[in-house]
Amino acid sequence: MGVKTEDVRSRSIEELIIEGAGCASCVGKIENALKSVSGVENAEMNFAQRTVSVTGTANPSALVKAVERAGYSAKVATSESDGDALAEKEQADWAYYKRLMREMTVALSLGVPLMIYSLFVGEMTVTTATERVTWLVVGILTLGVLYFSGKHFFVGAWQSLKNHSANMDTLIALGTGTAWLYSMVVVLVPHLVPEMARHVYFEATAMIIGLINLGLALELKARGRTSEAIKRLIGLQAKTARVIRDDKQLDIAIEDVLEEDVVRVRPGEKIPVDGKVIEGSTTVDESMLTGEPMPVEKSVGDDVVAGTINKSGSFLFQATRVGKDTALAQIINMVKRAQNSKPPIGRLADIISAYFVPVVMIIAVISALAWLNFGPEPALAFAVVSATTVLIIACPCALGLATPMSVMVGVGKAAEAGVLIRNGEALQTASKVSAMILDKTGTITLGSPKVTDVLVASEYDEQTVLQLAATLESGSEHPLAQAIVESARERGIKTSKVSNFNAIAGHGVEAEVDGKSLLFGNEKLLRERQVELGNFVEKAQGLAAEAKTPMYFAVDNELAAIIAVADPIKDDSVAAIKRLQDNGVRVVMLTGDNRATAEAVAEKVGIKEFFAEVLPDEKSKKVQELQMEGEIVGMTGDGINDAPALAIANVGFAIGTGTDVAIESADITLMRGSLHGLADAVAVSKATLRNIKQNLFGAFIYNVAGIPFAAGVLYPFFGMLLSPVIAGAAMAFSSLTVVSNANRLRFFKAKKH
Amino acid sequence: MLFINIAGIALIALIVWWFWLYTPQQMKLGEGDLVIVVENGTYSPSRIKIPEGKPVELKFLRKDQSPCSETLLIPKLEISETLPSNKLKLIQIPALEPGEYDFHCQMQMYRGKIVAG
Repeated sequence: MGVKTEDVRSRSIEELIIEGAGCASCVGKIENALKSVSGVENAEMNFAQRTVSVTGTANPSALVKAVERAGYSAKVATSESDGDALAEKEQADWAYYKRLMREMTVALSLGVPLMIYSLFVGEMTVTTATERVTWLVVGILTLGVLYFSGKHFFVGAWQSLKNHSANMDTLIALGTGTAWLYSMVVVLVPHLVPEMARHVYFEATAMIIGLINLGLALELKARGRTSEAIKRLIGLQAKTARVIRDDKQLDIAIEDVLEEDVVRVRPGEKIPVDGKVIEGSTTVDESMLTGEPMPVEKSVGDDVVAGTINKSGSFLFQATRVGKDTALAQIINMVKRAQNSKPPIGRLADIISAYFVPVVMIIAVISALAWLNFGPEPALAFAVVSATTVLIIACPCALGLATPMSVMVGVGKAAEAGVLIRNGEALQTASKVSAMILDKTGTITLGSPKVTDVLVASEYDEQTVLQLAATLESGSEHPLAQAIVESARERGIKTSKVSNFNAIAGHGVEAEVDGKSLLFGNEKLLRERQVELGNFVEKAQGLAAEAKTPMYFAVDNELAAIIAVADPIKDDSVAAIKRLQDNGVRVVMLTGDNRATAEAVAEKVGIKEFFAEVLPDEKSKKVQELQMEGEIVGMTGDGINDAPALAIANVGFAIGTGTDVAIESADITLMRGSLHGLADAVAVSKATLRNIKQNLFGAFIYNVAGIPFAAGVLYPFFGMLLSPVIAGAAMAFSSLTVVSNANRLRFFKAKKH
Repeated sequence: MLFINIAGIALIALIVWWFWLYTPQQMKLGEGDLVIVVENGTYSPSRIKIPEGKPVELKFLRKDQSPCSETLLIPKLEISETLPSNKLKLIQIPALEPGEYDFHCQMQMYRGKIVAG
């Protein structure tokens, strides 16, 4: 950060990817071509990898041109912005899609007529000389299909075989290769094959290649949709910013904005980077980031966040975080990471898929042997068909895709609702939460107390009482004190000078104002100072029962008033808590407040269980107590005071304020204050886990049932044997099914409120 | 028939040995400009030897278009990165205890190992 792009360009390392360099002697040619470009200090080519690192000041397009002049083609390999990377990826995906569709068309235009022939016209057997010639021609055509449409399977299979690993390509190449080779043997040297087994399977070869390419193409399309959420987030980034440098207004690319730049934003524009408002005021729509539907008012000193939209006024702000440091960039990063992480439920599938392909190959061999040993005539043909079908029907992809696809969509969906899930494990545990602990202050309530009642006891009126109390409290940092100061300011009351200020820890404060001695605090403090309280004790208890915190105010040792302060409950806390309870979650409230206040708040929001007067360091103990009862505990707090409890809970939910993105101690961060985010988080986790289970179940059943079926276990009982073409179709569509099922999660709706 | 059965069993033995028992050669980080190329269903090289207790940087280059090759996962290190196509991607590996650390693509069809020590 803090360096202009021009400066970066002044000396850099560019990586180029070279294409068309077939011999080691090209290395010198390419290096020399690059070194001749002005500004290049050095160029080193790695021939094995076909890459060149170029150091110097030359610009990348000049480098590419130099390589092209030398007779090769080159591409720049550098990292760039998320948006560009995304556009490039979409382009690459589209090209890949078109290639797969083209290959599919070629393969099926041979496979479909052949299949129609075999089904309705005649047997694909080799008996006469004419048949031999005809099938030889078809066999060569099929080889053409294998080369044009199936080359990537064979190259992949060979590469991974060399590497002692096996993948989907291995199975497809082996399956189609076996079918084609056997058929060619039948055509070329029929006498090696028993007469009954002289059958060709060219239609299967072409159909399987075509169908699998079609499946891959459709899967690619469906996959594109799984990353919609992240695309939407990346799309929130502005492309340019209007900065003011040296009294001049410049439109510059967002990457070039520096920290401390002053940026102007007009109504309707996106805020380009994070910063602090220094001039003007406005309202900002932050819903795209936090899910909070109401626009937020901003004035001088308030923070603004990149990606949100300025609604009403024009304002200036100073950039505080730019580039990869903005909240939006961090959110994108966090969501990406979480989307690629796996919940524990996927582990078994992972272990299986690691051993899957070689096991399938072994099953194919066993199945062929079984047919050869025990099968009816033509045993050889049956053996070939069953081995091919086993290889083709086995689908490690469906198994491997089951979990990640759902996590991808689920985590993205959560992010749309303003819920950031740290990883797959948090997602899985959140779906199982049985007890939810809610911290009262700042979670159920707004966390900013307000004066609710002033009950005057003596000759003073409310105005005077507030003026004195606010003056007394103006030096205090306590939230209750600030509530009083704030309340006085709202009523336009001016405070005066304080002397001899003294805070009595845990009880209250005293001081002298305008020659009067003031005392402010709880019942205990006033009784100690022998202030007569009279029937105000009952009034205070009445206020406490309404979830308010009453405090006594005495002037010259005589009771002047009770001032009650309360922390208002958030508008939607009641509804959100009910959502959790309706989902079977046991909701427990935790607070440092006294019992009466706690009870009153709990009753208002419909919580039956609560712990009052809990000291901050006791919170994690309460979490453990519930865990001992066998509950899977979710803890919700503000992430700062509640960090230890959040960390010890099975899932920690931190209530953020929209900009504190990655709250360290939390597994799940709610970007808006509303508790609906919490209910949404639990709901989306449940939906995602259900989706994963469906996928895993489908993939397991598919492979566990499909393989024996393909091997021919049904044959002895029903005389049925699966056709390799059907196996190819089933295999092609199994991963598509998994991806499509995961895509259904996109329709999950976070509750509207 | 006996011959066919023996050949079949030998084939199974070969599969077991080739895919599970054989340890492929490993490349040492620092020997030349090591780039792990993702292409045709494999990482090459797929076994990368790195020094223990020292953070290092691995270079990945994805030339494969298939969507699964796009994600690189190193589960033990909680690393999950998207590999752009035809662009070098640098992956920071923290200082590691001696041992083996698997990396693979999203569906685990592409597999490799980092060997620290």
